[in-house]
Amino acid sequence: MPKRKDLNKIMIIGSGPIIISQACEFDYSGTQAVKALKEEGLEVVLVNSNPATIMTDPEMADRTYVEPITPEIVCEVLKAERPDAILPTLGGQTGLNTALQVAETGILERLGIEMIAATSEVIKKAESRELFRQAMENIGLRVPESAICRDIDAVMAAAEVIGFPLVVRPAFTLGGTGGGVAYNRDDLKAIASHGLAASLTTEVMIEESVLGWKEFELEVMRDKKDNVVIICSIENLDPMGVHTGDSITVAPAQTLTDREYQVMRDAAIAIMREIGVETGGSNVQFAVNPADGDLVVIEMNPRVSRSSALASKATGFPIAKMAAKLAIGYTLDELPNDITQETMASFEPTIDYCVVKIPRWAFEKFPGSEDVLTTSMKSVGETMAIGRTFKEALQKGLRGLEIGRAGLLGDGKDPGPDDAELQPENLKKLLTVPNSNRIFWVAQALKQGMSMEEVHRLTAIDPWFLYNIGQIVEFQGELEGLKPWGELKDSLGELDAATMRRAKEMGFSDRQLGHAVGTGEDQVRARRIELGVEHTYKLVDTCAAEFEAYTPYFYSTYETEDESRASDGRKVMILGGGPNRIGQGIEFDYCCVHAAFALKEMGIESIMVNSNPETVSTDYDTSDKLYFEPLTKEDVLNIIASEKPEGLIVQFGGQTPLNLAVPLERAGAPILGTPPDAIDRAEDRDRFCDLLDKLGLRQPDNGTATSVEEAVEIAERIGYPVVVRPSYVLGGRAMEIVYDRQALNHYMATAVQASGDHPILIDKFLEDAVEVDVDAVADSHGGVVVAGVMEHIEQAGVHSGDSACVLPPHTLSEAKIQEIKEASHALATELGVLGLMNVQYAIKDDLLYILEVNPRASRTVPFVSKATGIPWAKVATKVMLGMSLEELGVAGEVVPEHYSVKEAVFPFVRFSGVDPWLGPEMRSTGEVMGIDRDIGLAFAKSQLGASQVLPAAGNVFISVKDGDKAQVVDIASKFHRLGFEIKATAGTHAYLSEHGITSSRIAKVSESRPHVVDAIVNGEIDLVINTAGGKGPVGDAYKIRRSALDRGLAYITTIAAARATVDAVESMLKSDHLTVTPLQDYYQVGD
Amino acid sequence: MALEALLALEDGTTFPCRAFAGSGEVAAEVCFNTAMTGYQEAITDPSYTGQMLAMTYPLIGNYGTNPEDVESAAVRVSAFLVKEYLDFPSNFRSSKSLKEYLDDAGVLGVEGLDTRALTRHLRIRGAMKGVLSTQDQDPASLTQKAKDSPGLLGIDLVKGVTCVQPYRWQEGKVWENLDLSGDFDAEALWAPSQGRYKVACLDCGIKYNILRRLEQRGMKLIVLPADTSPETILRLQPDGLFLSNGPGDPAAVTYVVDTVKELLGQVPTFGICLGHQMIGQALGGNTFKLKFGHRGANQPVMDLATTKVEITSQNHGFCVDAETIDDPAVVMTHVNLNDRTLEGLAHKELPLFCVQYHPEAAPGPHDADYLFDRFQEMMETGKPPV
Repeated sequence: MPKRKDLNKIMIIGSGPIIISQACEFDYSGTQAVKALKEEGLEVVLVNSNPATIMTDPEMADRTYVEPITPEIVCEVLKAERPDAILPTLGGQTGLNTALQVAETGILERLGIEMIAATSEVIKKAESRELFRQAMENIGLRVPESAICRDIDAVMAAAEVIGFPLVVRPAFTLGGTGGGVAYNRDDLKAIASHGLAASLTTEVMIEESVLGWKEFELEVMRDKKDNVVIICSIENLDPMGVHTGDSITVAPAQTLTDREYQVMRDAAIAIMREIGVETGGSNVQFAVNPADGDLVVIEMNPRVSRSSALASKATGFPIAKMAAKLAIGYTLDELPNDITQETMASFEPTIDYCVVKIPRWAFEKFPGSEDVLTTSMKSVGETMAIGRTFKEALQKGLRGLEIGRAGLLGDGKDPGPDDAELQPENLKKLLTVPNSNRIFWVAQALKQGMSMEEVHRLTAIDPWFLYNIGQIVEFQGELEGLKPWGELKDSLGELDAATMRRAKEMGFSDRQLGHAVGTGEDQVRARRIELGVEHTYKLVDTCAAEFEAYTPYFYSTYETEDESRASDGRKVMILGGGPNRIGQGIEFDYCCVHAAFALKEMGIESIMVNSNPETVSTDYDTSDKLYFEPLTKEDVLNIIASEKPEGLIVQFGGQTPLNLAVPLERAGAPILGTPPDAIDRAEDRDRFCDLLDKLGLRQPDNGTATSVEEAVEIAERIGYPVVVRPSYVLGGRAMEIVYDRQALNHYMATAVQASGDHPILIDKFLEDAVEVDVDAVADSHGGVVVAGVMEHIEQAGVHSGDSACVLPPHTLSEAKIQEIKEASHALATELGVLGLMNVQYAIKDDLLYILEVNPRASRTVPFVSKATGIPWAKVATKVMLGMSLEELGVAGEVVPEHYSVKEAVFPFVRFSGVDPWLGPEMRSTGEVMGIDRDIGLAFAKSQLGASQVLPAAGNVFISVKDGDKAQVVDIASKFHRLGFEIKATAGTHAYLSEHGITSSRIAKVSESRPHVVDAIVNGEIDLVINTAGGKGPVGDAYKIRRSALDRGLAYITTIAAARATVDAVESMLKSDHLTVTPLQDYYQVGD
Repeated sequence: MALEALLALEDGTTFPCRAFAGSGEVAAEVCFNTAMTGYQEAITDPSYTGQMLAMTYPLIGNYGTNPEDVESAAVRVSAFLVKEYLDFPSNFRSSKSLKEYLDDAGVLGVEGLDTRALTRHLRIRGAMKGVLSTQDQDPASLTQKAKDSPGLLGIDLVKGVTCVQPYRWQEGKVWENLDLSGDFDAEALWAPSQGRYKVACLDCGIKYNILRRLEQRGMKLIVLPADTSPETILRLQPDGLFLSNGPGDPAAVTYVVDTVKELLGQVPTFGICLGHQMIGQALGGNTFKLKFGHRGANQPVMDLATTKVEITSQNHGFCVDAETIDDPAVVMTHVNLNDRTLEGLAHKELPLFCVQYHPEAAPGPHDADYLFDRFQEMMETGKPPV
């Protein structure tokens, strides 16, 4: 069945900001889909609030609405665009839920718009626990015993019937938000109330526990003709009980016989048909009882997913692209397999390697949260590794995780035998209760001599995996036998070719080998090459070499044949950012993708290196060549050795490639753009001071401490409060504002280990200063252009990644903006920046301070590009390769006539007990952009996009710290004028009364009941403004913020944001509804 | 330490590896299978007789072996080649490790082989003969032995795998041997079997799962040696004739082709794999050797009547050339979407159809299971399938 002729214009809904469980995999899927539809000559309308996505690049879709993804806004877009159809299956759970809500308004019938790929009925059938259960019964499949409950009494009653332990699963939520495992009635009460609140439909399922069962997933595709194929099977190393997003997973399934696999395949196909997914990809999860093979269906997602992205990367089969084409009428047999070209997409990929995905967590960012993995997803990113053995893939994955480990063990990071964790009782607990480091504890337990049976009993991890891990542990034991003795400094000479090769086949890194024989990785590398033990590359080709593959998508392994195909032409290598983490996410991948696009435009071959399966950069379509490899010195040097590129781009992928820049340069790699020395000049305190002195620029008083004593001395010299942080970090890791000596001592004692190698930076903290971010590009012809000046909403002290910002600045004077631009020019020129640079400024008492200069791509590059309509990362790439800004036509500065507001999005709801307070340590996972010609509306849209629903009427709760009281008067007065009722705690109430503003007093939590939290829980408050200090899960302030967060209420924690909010509410009330405009229209105005 | 081994192909290419089961030296055609599961079914599949089999999936042995997932009574591959053998079966049905299984069968299993390099080589250069040895490590000598080995072309391998005596298949196993040498009472022979239709199965190396699938559909099954005469078959008064899969060059199995020719139109007939090639030849077609064959569980086949695609299990190195069948009553029913080769035939006037691939799966997907229904329908109506 060829393409439908009646579809000309299709709307795709994106997934919005990056949040835990919904990350850049949906940009990957969405981008593929947009490209696929455009390729077919269709007009594509896109709604996505996330500016850091490739899919929202103005040249991707025809009409790109960077607007909040709410049913109301989507309806506005539908009215404006009148597409023929909505394709709801590409924007994750957000896209699916929003489409469903839009459909329920009846607008689709009214406007004659069709929902393609999955109808409302299908979505409901797959997502509603009750309907799904019924559907499974219809086809003779079993789901775990369960009951659907809509209130807590029903939950408790159901528990009596089913028995403990129980799994609580809320309906219509992402990544299992609000779910968990309950072992007793108390647990159950707590988890289920949370789940009921989190569910869109106030519905939770109480389910028979299949804890410890083996967990599998199948990625399925179906077309209109009812052809169904399985793209990939995935087996979770972590058994049931850990969310699949938090599990180490392996493709393909390892421990199923064909007979069992085919039963699962038949079930998945039957489920596709019964649920009725008409076209596209779905994901089906199964649990299997290891004792008897009993199979139960856990869930199915009738859309592309994180797993489908993983399956695409694991097999080379582009699920989202195919899903888009199937949605418009094609069938699988009509679509060519891009990789083999001569065969069709109607087949099942087969792979001849092993893929391991390992999640990456950020518990350290959320003090008070427990490092325990459950059915609610908590990881913020993941890495994927490919090897010819599971052992190789596992160890490659662990070093690709970039948590400082060079493999599973034997890298110098193992605990010592006397460490507390290795004491039997502790170790047992670390094995029994799933946690972010469990894989390492499994290895340590085996190393300690714990039997495999015992480890299996404690972890329920399948013995096959334990056997493989045991082989790694055993071999590492052999390596230890080689360690130097007597007079020998190292025993490198003991490493013979056979041992090296065996080590490599098990994925050991040169660093691990170096550690074993008492030398460095460079020495190991040299000897290894001398012995002829060298890496080879193999292709990911969907077909296990049965057909010739045309797409150069490689992974390394140690085999006899190397399939890499280095060309003779010009080529440049781009180092990606590795697994997403807080502080280094999609924004950097966006830049890497643009680098590849720019190289293509210049006719230069692009070689992408990355290990993150969620990204657009690891789509084999993005660059000319893709190396799916860990971003370590060893792995990158191997690629350089094979490809011999003319240059490496390291300034786009965030801190990961930047940290590799110096070692790679020392090893002779040609680094493009700003020389690594300039990076050092900007990072090194003393050199940076000299630089600013030379340019006559100001920075807050500061110093560098290598000991506690020194830190105290510096702080007292420059005066409290001070900002303290370790050097060379991204995302404000362990950064704090310290108000007195006691707090400083505490920080030095607990947060960091200061030393000569790892100094602590101490800066004077500028209270209530306005912070400004600048992105600029400098060329090699003396040209510098400021791409964008962004004024932060929150005052200095909130990490720039966590604060909202406005482009162009909304309160700064022309003169100040000019001063900022001049300073940026001077810095770029003096540092010799070639490419991108980001500067953070603070303005206090009308004086301009330089906080930081980063001669690399910053997190704001995509936002600035979207706001200005100029692809700055592409510009920077071309500039790095010698073109001038003049030539590129971007020498002049562009100040848009519209306002763009970036707002950060936080994962606090995932971490119960954590204070949702903003500080100098970055904790946001993603961002949205609000764009409008009116600043207030732009801000309102940014809030809405970040799921902070600003009320149009009702009660505003205000409680501010003393320092903010003077400023809150105007704000409260404005809310009052707009018809809001003000509720305030004693102090704020008194202050407002003194200034003639009516408010009613409400009790603090510590005073009497009913108090403010009661009011919040009872739905009597519509907006919370609470700047009262006191971090951490104690006191009123925390309880107020946390209860607002848990209720999904908009809450504001800084006075500056409160001001922006009241202005936004005013703008919203003035215009009767939010209007929508595609990016393409803004740029036309700008021109 | 494991025994070092060397595989040499007839073109002189060598692949180092080491033995994980057995030892010795073996010459055979070298082929690869791309299925990611089902190694036990594969190694017991009689169609692999005369071949050493490499799995493209690198990790083998994971789930051990069990008494159920067998496709014949013996290990049939000449040798088994893998990237990594995992000697720790993890599966509730596993009763024996793959190593023990091969050791018991005296079949050489090697690991550490760059199976992807081997696969690419065979894909590019075509199928070839090879010698695998743990004794002789000299590339030149092994290559010469490979060249001198007989290979598959023109050789009848069926006679080595067909049953010696006819037998009744019942309750999922070889139930009892039957004697058809003299006069026999067909009625009495069929009587002990449960089921509606009497199916005579001509065994050219039949996979057990074909028998299982037929029996599960309610058919009574008598399995006959490949050289059983047409007369004997007719004397059995079967409702249907099934022609099985089997090893080697179909052109060398002339006696079965003759039998099929003789029986054309007399009994509703269904053939699979070699059975399909027998029918193809009986209808006047020729067979040819594919460059490197189809072996795997992901081969897309289109049913030309419905244009629906089924994902199929395949294992064949030879193919019927559709162009060589002139008979206008013969229609092509299925085609391989990868290389457009013939996958299925049916007769417009006679109750007869056959497929090149394996609807019985084992290993592989069950998409084509409907063909057993089609066979049953044909027996019911006695009419041509199309």
